[in-house]
Amino acid sequence: MISFLDHLISGINLGSVYALIALGYSMVYGIAKMLNFAHGDVIMIGAYISFCTGHYLGLPAVVSVLLSVAVCTILGIVIEGLAYKPLRQAGSLAVLITAIGVSYFLQNAAQLIFGPNPVQFPSIVKMGNISLLDGKLLIKSISIVTILCGITIMLVLTWFTGKTRTGRAMRAVSEDKGAAQLMGINVNRTISITFAIGSALAAIAGVLLCSSYPTLMPTTGSMPGIKAFTAAVFGGIGSIPGAMLGGVLLGLIEIFGKAYISSELGDAIVFAVLIVVLLFKPTGLLGKQIREKV
Amino acid sequence: MKKKTLRSYISSFGLVIAAYAFCMFYMNNGMSRTLKGQLIPICSYVVMALSLNLVVGISGELSLGHAGFMSVGAFSGVIVSGWMLNGLAIESESLRLLCALVGGGLCAGVAGFLIGIPVLRLRGDYLAIVTLAFGEIIKSVINCVWVSVDGSKLAFAFNSNNVPGKILINGPQGAVKVDKIATFTGGFLLVLFALLVIMNLVHSHTGRAIMASRDNRIAAESVGISVMKYKTIAFVTSAVLAGMAGALYGLSISTFAPSKFDFNQSINVLVFIVLGGIGNLVGGMISATVLTILPEKLRAFNDYRMLAYAVVLILVMIATNSRSVKNFVSSLTAPLKKARKGDAEHA
Amino acid sequence: MKKLLALVLTLAMVAAMFTMAASAEEPITITVGMMGPETGPYAIYGNGAAYGAMVAVDEINAAGGKYQFVFLHEDDQGDPELAKNAYNTMMDQGMQIVLGAVTSGACMAVAEIGNEERVFCLTPSASNDLVPESGDQIFQICFTDSNQGVASAKWVAENRPEAKVGIIYNNAQDYSMGIYTAFKTTAAELGVNVVAESAFSDDTAADFSVQVAAMKDAGVDFVFLPIYYTPAVGIMTQAASASYAPEYFGVDGMDGVLGVEGLNVDLVQGVKMLTAFDATSTAPGVAEFVAAFGEKFDASSMNQFSADAYDGMYVLLEALTKADVTADDTAEDICEKLVAVMPELTYSGITGEMTWAADGTVSKSPIAVEISGTEYVSAK
Repeated sequence: MISFLDHLISGINLGSVYALIALGYSMVYGIAKMLNFAHGDVIMIGAYISFCTGHYLGLPAVVSVLLSVAVCTILGIVIEGLAYKPLRQAGSLAVLITAIGVSYFLQNAAQLIFGPNPVQFPSIVKMGNISLLDGKLLIKSISIVTILCGITIMLVLTWFTGKTRTGRAMRAVSEDKGAAQLMGINVNRTISITFAIGSALAAIAGVLLCSSYPTLMPTTGSMPGIKAFTAAVFGGIGSIPGAMLGGVLLGLIEIFGKAYISSELGDAIVFAVLIVVLLFKPTGLLGKQIREKV
Repeated sequence: MKKKTLRSYISSFGLVIAAYAFCMFYMNNGMSRTLKGQLIPICSYVVMALSLNLVVGISGELSLGHAGFMSVGAFSGVIVSGWMLNGLAIESESLRLLCALVGGGLCAGVAGFLIGIPVLRLRGDYLAIVTLAFGEIIKSVINCVWVSVDGSKLAFAFNSNNVPGKILINGPQGAVKVDKIATFTGGFLLVLFALLVIMNLVHSHTGRAIMASRDNRIAAESVGISVMKYKTIAFVTSAVLAGMAGALYGLSISTFAPSKFDFNQSINVLVFIVLGGIGNLVGGMISATVLTILPEKLRAFNDYRMLAYAVVLILVMIATNSRSVKNFVSSLTAPLKKARKGDAEHA
Repeated sequence: MKKLLALVLTLAMVAAMFTMAASAEEPITITVGMMGPETGPYAIYGNGAAYGAMVAVDEINAAGGKYQFVFLHEDDQGDPELAKNAYNTMMDQGMQIVLGAVTSGACMAVAEIGNEERVFCLTPSASNDLVPESGDQIFQICFTDSNQGVASAKWVAENRPEAKVGIIYNNAQDYSMGIYTAFKTTAAELGVNVVAESAFSDDTAADFSVQVAAMKDAGVDFVFLPIYYTPAVGIMTQAASASYAPEYFGVDGMDGVLGVEGLNVDLVQGVKMLTAFDATSTAPGVAEFVAAFGEKFDASSMNQFSADAYDGMYVLLEALTKADVTADDTAEDICEKLVAVMPELTYSGITGEMTWAADGTVSKSPIAVEISGTEYVSAK
């Protein structure tokens, strides 16, 4: 029983990290309708910025996180402006390949700048663990912070896209770019803002990912990136609560699969469950059923 | 046969045959060792590009797990060839290569059929993620497989290296001590075969049904086309060709690991066909060749090699797809075209 | 930059040859090439090895002996196909001897072509048991995976007979699987009490809570980690945060853990490992190597692979001298001469004393060390 609860907590922790990444993915996909495969690498850059400012410059954790959010936001806008904007009218696959090019670029640039060696990322949460049931069950403070961050960001994003002017513009762009333009919405600016927000979220996700799992190297972002993409699709891509739900479930399945089925086939189990779920819910758990008009 | 169809046959096959003839001549006249060593892998990637073009370009479904079929084909091809040599004492290399290609293609085809049933019920990005998932599952499972040939029998083990006799597949290490029987001519013939299969398919009744399902699923269904059936035909054919490409690849190198055929490899092949123009068979073949050679040519950049590759990739995508670049190019060529048109009118 | 350096060196040597043409002893220039992962997730190993070899080459060339080296190195990302390309590229540039490949799969592909074309290969770090079987001209500097597994099991049987042993291994990596399998077999023979095993793969190498919980639940007090230090640090960090502190025992892949930037050294106190190289040792040559490496490159990129490659260059020098390779010898001649002398060679380098069997395996005894502060001390 204790070990079950233990796995449950680790699963939620891992899941909320996936969820944080998936929120950024889903947000960009929902509005710009593109799979941004470079998202995972922006996460890695965010973590490196936080590590360098904290470790080498000795800045306090909060400042280093804010700096990394700022740098990633700018990075997101620059990437969007240089690589994706010229392809606004092109097919979705052309943008997908460009995103992969950006991903290669970021990984190799990071290797040249920060070196290929792994670094040990210090947790930004310095509080002690919470122990329950006479110390038999430990809840890491970073797990709680990650989960709370995930829920807060989900709520804020839902509010933002639903209630604010910019948010409504985003939804309009997502529905129909042409019509949105006719209504006086600046489509390019709206998409840039989306990327800025997505990349800012990536920075936070990067810091929290590495606070939970402290090994940081230039390839750190790629596998969580793919998993988060999976999570976003699992929950129904484009749906913000779906990304959160998909992420948490994916983390739980991964941990329980490894613990109770086979530690050798951890990933295979995750993907097998995904396939089964998509067979029954072809647009993900919370995805919208799009009706085709004839 | 229509004139246009005939012309496209002649131009595609002519190009492949000319490329082969050129390579055969150049091989003995100053071709670098690096390029010589890459000829067979290039053939295999060209077939992969053709195969993925069938799914993405002609059938219109995004597959992110095509390396999985290549993997199935590569490992089963190695098993077939190893078993024939060590178990059945068949020495003939061309016979073994042929059987390995057929075996690899069949196994990948079966995998494609089994995977196609669930995959093709889905649409768009959901379909893409499920193909990605299958690719990853194939990789994880092959990581746990041991295969050996003992006497004339094959021995399989899962999650245990306890197999008797000569080991063919060694868990995470993958295929080991492969007898390298793949040849460039064999690869060339495979490219011709793949091209023939796809072009015949495209220009047949079946191909038209596949393209109709791609262009408008509902309209196709309303005229009585079974969309699932035709999409499955395209998917399985593509898997068979990918498996053959895998078998060719596997028999060209002495060892390769399951991790070789990961998500990145699937993406690589996708890059080939997007760069070559989706649905454009010749374009895909050319870009597969160029993009396989390119990283080797960038070795002069040393540490900046992969960075340079990424930059080239982004720039090429923007240059070939951006509307403003296209407008710029057409504004440059417009006077030329006008002049030519003028000539034609005068004549 | 490195190519430029190589070019300058070559030109300098050509110039030197012309000016010294009159003198009796003109140096013989040998081109050595290395292929290893210099980009991608395994880049630490390829870069570490290339830098180590460069330190040795600079020393040998500066000393001005009979043999001078031109050192080439190319990226293979640890992939057999790219390693083959790198080999061909360097052959076009005049490579005569291969110091590589760095990783096992790549090395097996290269060694096999080398065997067909008669090019001598000396790998600093490809430790898979099948590597020596790829040809008669491939020799290893590092001990094989199964050797390490057997030695680890023996150490445990001798020093921790009562321990409840647990193993965490990477089932998607041949290095880890090779050591794990040999350890398990020998442990069973010697009566070592293995009570728990848990695997992970490169794709799931972020979260280790399941593996740690498996060890904790089985009451394991001695964890064997036949893996590289990157995941090992992850395991130890997550175990510590779960208030679980068993004794850890690693293999040579654990070496380098002290170089991790930002590592809290308290975490790795008392961690034991089998290794052939100890950067803090007072053995002859070690301090000089560490200092020379630190001058030329970032000290944090030095690892076991660097030391192996450094020794590899000196072993080549020794073998060339012993075989009396002349300037007229082709790569094939060099190969046959070196294959003949390697089994007779004894070399004592910074990774210990080495002799070779004719099949290419090295005999050197891994020593068990323990981390104390920021140094290794003999393990008890």
